[in-house]
Amino acid sequence: MASVENNGNGRRRSPLSSPAVVLTFKTLGSIIITMLGLAFITFVIGRVMPIDPVLSIVGEQASKSTYDDAYAALGLDKPIIVQFFYYIWDVLHGDFGTSLLTARPVVDDLIRRFPATLELATLGTIMGVTLGVPLGVLAAVNKGSWFDQIARVVALIGYSMPIFWLGLMGLLVFYGILGWVGGPGRVDIFYADIVPSVTGMILLDSILDGNWDVFWNAMSHIILPATILGYYSLAYISRMTRSFMLEQMSAEYITTARVKGLPERTVIWGHAFKNILVQLITVIALSYANLLEGSVLTEIIFSWPGIGSYITTALLSADMNAVLGGTIVVGLVFVLLNIFSDLLYRVFDPRAK
Amino acid sequence: MMETDMPKQTLREWLLTDTPTSRRHARYAAAYSGWLTLRANTMAMVGLGILLLLLIIAALADLLSPMDPFVQNLGGRLQPIGTDGHILGTDSLGRDLLSRVIYGSRITLYIVALVALIAPIVGLLVGTVAGYTGGIVDAVLMRITDIFLAFPRLVLALAFVAALGAGIENAVLAISLTAWPPYARIARAETLTIRNSDYIAAIKLQGAGALRIITKHIWPLCISSLIVRVTLDMAGVILAAAGLGFLGLGAQPPSPEWGAMISEGRKFILDHWWVATVPGLAIFTVSLGFNLLGDGLRDVLDPKEGGHS
Repeated sequence: MASVENNGNGRRRSPLSSPAVVLTFKTLGSIIITMLGLAFITFVIGRVMPIDPVLSIVGEQASKSTYDDAYAALGLDKPIIVQFFYYIWDVLHGDFGTSLLTARPVVDDLIRRFPATLELATLGTIMGVTLGVPLGVLAAVNKGSWFDQIARVVALIGYSMPIFWLGLMGLLVFYGILGWVGGPGRVDIFYADIVPSVTGMILLDSILDGNWDVFWNAMSHIILPATILGYYSLAYISRMTRSFMLEQMSAEYITTARVKGLPERTVIWGHAFKNILVQLITVIALSYANLLEGSVLTEIIFSWPGIGSYITTALLSADMNAVLGGTIVVGLVFVLLNIFSDLLYRVFDPRAK
Repeated sequence: MMETDMPKQTLREWLLTDTPTSRRHARYAAAYSGWLTLRANTMAMVGLGILLLLLIIAALADLLSPMDPFVQNLGGRLQPIGTDGHILGTDSLGRDLLSRVIYGSRITLYIVALVALIAPIVGLLVGTVAGYTGGIVDAVLMRITDIFLAFPRLVLALAFVAALGAGIENAVLAISLTAWPPYARIARAETLTIRNSDYIAAIKLQGAGALRIITKHIWPLCISSLIVRVTLDMAGVILAAAGLGFLGLGAQPPSPEWGAMISEGRKFILDHWWVATVPGLAIFTVSLGFNLLGDGLRDVLDPKEGGHS
């Protein structure tokens, strides 16, 4: 998957460079390079935008000299490479500019909205893992059976469904017709802003505050979008679990364990499953990263005030600072999770060295 | 079934022979045995059926659709499914949903075909050049690939469309820009395994240049793994395109693009559910078709059984 792959040219072996140190430097280097790349791409996108950033500040009516002043103040008269370094400098200081839409610094908006996305994606991943892993294991153990076929179809449907449409259908059935869950938004309007915001995640905040009314109301709102995201992660996780398990189940040590007369349950969960744990964790980290991104469309459907809906509303109103800031933050989280899963794999799986 | 000299044998026998008489014969034989494996896979055949149906519907849209997909009839707006003359009902402007879905298949095919052309070709170029040249070129190209791979795809596509402006061609471009890196990785991996093989050394001795080796001897061997990946990716492409359309960044309003149709129907979801449901089912069916076929093709063409990367 991501990044740290060039271990073929590790020829310089000074006595100091233990594998762990080298690995750390390589990982750090790859994070930096990848992030520079991300910054460069967003910078280019910001450059080719058809919108004139100066005009959006000074307005259409501004005189030539005001325009030129603003032009210079934004650094647009400098060479493009210098502009890029300015941009990096700003980003490193957490300065993504001001949002045209909210008139607040983009970074403040992002900090306020990130917990909502995190909450949704986390709950979705928890669901995906608790259902997807057993599904995958059972499908592998009963390979070719009707259960395996059903698990396969369940996963394929998950891969094929447009997530925003599934969200709409869920709203229609469970909110509109059955009335089992809360509608769009994080809580009902009269539960809003009751609990003090500590973590920004309303489920946690209401537990910390001991306010169970708010907790259950928030739960009724988050359950549907989280289930839908969870289904996606289930599709991915169950397929991966199945193929990992199949690989283990055909290994010789499994035969040995069976010959020894161990009960099948111990063979599966105690031996085979134990050996796929590392691979599984990397897959879960990846699926978590994907959910953070997948929540973009889900957040729109459920009016969820997270990063995804922030980026898209900003997009539609050509609020470029907000779009780029949001893109960088999502990209950063994505990269970190990717690298984390890669690292985990290398640390825990001796064969990967 | 040995002697292959007489034209007495049936076509099937000719195709299944163990001793092909010419290169073309061997190629047909390989294709045929692949087809036999694929045919035994029910789900893959269902997928193939869905996609053939889509092709036919798109080709015959003018004949099949009962009405003009753009003609509005404000008197007959939001008619439910099963209304006379509108089997799938009408949308908020009274346009016939069935006709719109049928015409929408053309847009979907258009997007899929373009992305399926652009992304793998870019990936193939980058991957084979990186793999064959090695050294600094390889390091730089693969680093760029990694950067694109590290970016969340939908968000990147959104940012690209924001910069390029909304529209169907820009959506295609944005999706292709986010879709090529996996192909580059596959192509590079294949190139690395092929590069040092004896037959490459042999043609090199005959004086073949890098261009000839890459285009004539490396590309053909990369194709089969790329095809599998393309088929598996197409479902994702359809979903991404529909997502962009849904956000108003892909095909623009009067166009019967399925994602945009869902977006229109979203406003009436609680009272007039069919407006958003019908195009969603169409998207689901087509992407399911690609997934089913891709799954089967992977078993035929790429027996190593890799997971989704």
